Amino acid sequence: MSKFRKLALGGALLAFAAGAALAQQAAPARPAPLGRVALPEEIAAWDIAIRPDGKNLPPGKGSVKQGEKLYGEQCAICHGEFGEGAGNFPVLVGGEGSLTGPAPTKSIGSYWPYASTSFDYIRRAMPFGNAQSLTPDETYAIVAFLLNQNNLVGDDFVLSKESFASVQLPNRDGFYEDDRETAEKHFWREPCMKDCAKEPAKVTSRARSLDVTPDSKDGPKVE
Amino acid sequence: MTEHSVHRRAFLAAAAGAGAGLVTPARAQTTPAAKPDPLITLVQPWNQQLGDGVVTAPYGVPSKFEKNVVRRDVEWLTVRKESSVSFTPLHELDGVITPNGLCFERHHGGVAEIEPSKHRLMIHGLVDTPLVFTMDELKRMPGRVNRAYFLECAANSGMEWKGAQLNGCQFTHGMVHNVWYVGLPLKALFDRAGVKPAGKWVLAEGADAAGMTRSIPMEKALNDCMIAWNMNGEALRPENGYPLRLVVPGWEGNMWIKWLRRLEIGDKPWEQREETSKYTDLMANGKARHFTWVMDAKSIVTNPSPQAPLRQKGPQVLSGLAWSGRGSVKRVDVSFDGGRNWVAARIDGPVMPLSFVRFYVDFDWDGRELLIQSRAMDDTGYVQPTKDELRAVRGVNSIYHNNGIQTWLVRGDGETENVEVS
Repeated sequence: MSKFRKLALGGALLAFAAGAALAQQAAPARPAPLGRVALPEEIAAWDIAIRPDGKNLPPGKGSVKQGEKLYGEQCAICHGEFGEGAGNFPVLVGGEGSLTGPAPTKSIGSYWPYASTSFDYIRRAMPFGNAQSLTPDETYAIVAFLLNQNNLVGDDFVLSKESFASVQLPNRDGFYEDDRETAEKHFWREPCMKDCAKEPAKVTSRARSLDVTPDSKDGPKVE
Repeated sequence: MTEHSVHRRAFLAAAAGAGAGLVTPARAQTTPAAKPDPLITLVQPWNQQLGDGVVTAPYGVPSKFEKNVVRRDVEWLTVRKESSVSFTPLHELDGVITPNGLCFERHHGGVAEIEPSKHRLMIHGLVDTPLVFTMDELKRMPGRVNRAYFLECAANSGMEWKGAQLNGCQFTHGMVHNVWYVGLPLKALFDRAGVKPAGKWVLAEGADAAGMTRSIPMEKALNDCMIAWNMNGEALRPENGYPLRLVVPGWEGNMWIKWLRRLEIGDKPWEQREETSKYTDLMANGKARHFTWVMDAKSIVTNPSPQAPLRQKGPQVLSGLAWSGRGSVKRVDVSFDGGRNWVAARIDGPVMPLSFVRFYVDFDWDGRELLIQSRAMDDTGYVQPTKDELRAVRGVNSIYHNNGIQTWLVRGDGETENVEVS
């Protein structure tokens, strides 16, 4: 490349940079377009989130009876025949009154505040390993069956976009917003540095007495 | 060197040591070995023979002598690896950045494998213009930022509510990592779509088989949330959300949606499974705290710890990590007697808000039993509480947000145990 051409190219680059700087100075409030407008069909395909007020529930319906069959085929292997949970998979039914005990059961009937969450979650994430394979009707039916197992609807109940609002979960009022800044206000304090307790510290609990730690000595050996 | 300057140096060293309650001598007393060390007197194979050439490992891996430095899981904790957790080996690491291959994993439907050219990000709902972006378009967008943040799972230390359970900080505290992210502020995206005045909440959704979702208040989203495609200088790892994830600084890790594909703007929260059935904190009275997003100040002594016991008497470097979701770590104190007396630890390396700080206490160990604790304090004045203080407010069934002070018992032989003390 000749010296002249290099100079010319350098000049062009400078001119370009100056142009860019000018453009930036004169930039309008809205940035230059990037991306594209989402089409209604695209939004509909992805927008599957359901709110407690039923917003975005799809048209459709399913009965307890239909749900029982579907649940047996699609869900029972992990969640148990009656929603009692198999192995370590989540319990979906029962546990009322257990929340103050030593082993709380957080089922749809005992803990979940909103029925919409079960519809939303089953449709987006279940069955485990075959997500988003259930139709709206099938999802309505499975939710209807789970509500029935939790004694919240009768055996003849049909769940639909229209009947959804009639379902209230028992633990609806079991939640309150994060109150740490008031309930734990005493953790904002000047820490003690010296002689913070009269008695010397005594060991009150030891992990080794449980013996549930994976043995790190089983780690890969160095050749 | 004049006598004066020698004295001055000795004084400075002693003054520096005094900060940690210790006095360092000007020069240590050392003794010669009984016989010459063959590693010095004999020529070793690596002194003589050629080693591997360049590009033997086109993407480098750690030394084979570091094979124990790996993520581990706790088999009895979950039924399926696809919906499970692995833990960062905090006791093997130093500094403030977690190496990408050691960042703990938490998946609900396995690791989604997504070709970046097939990934899309959609913004819709209460916006003037619903938009779709490709990865290439996101990377051409003005306003790119670099930020380091810790990410802690809300259930980190969750197994310890009812008492000391797991022997190792990898298992008790390993659901946390600290990473440099590169990406865009969410605000840059929202400005393009034009959020309507009624838009007070954001639903973030992943493209994985769990379709992971969380509701995030608009105020937080506009304040410091970002989308990131790069961690510690390279593309996100698949297990951390490749090609795109959400970053929600200082807030519980479950909200940092991986494989991020959709941002919906709405006027109310969606009350998804992960913010009702999970990630709510059950109190002793049977009521549960909802939307407990912030991770409170927490610290952990990583060395010594059960997987990294003391090996011999003499000089030791106690080392640990501290973080706070409310701001910057202002101070870390360390106790050797189970919380009766404390010394301020030395913090070294960067102190940034919502990011790890590394602390040290250099000490001499004479073989006596130690009950080691650390206590973080942040710039809001919040002081990390004891586990019993947390239990007094919350009971033992809340699973999440256990930021109580950890105690390690160092026995006379140096073996170290997870214990709790009175």
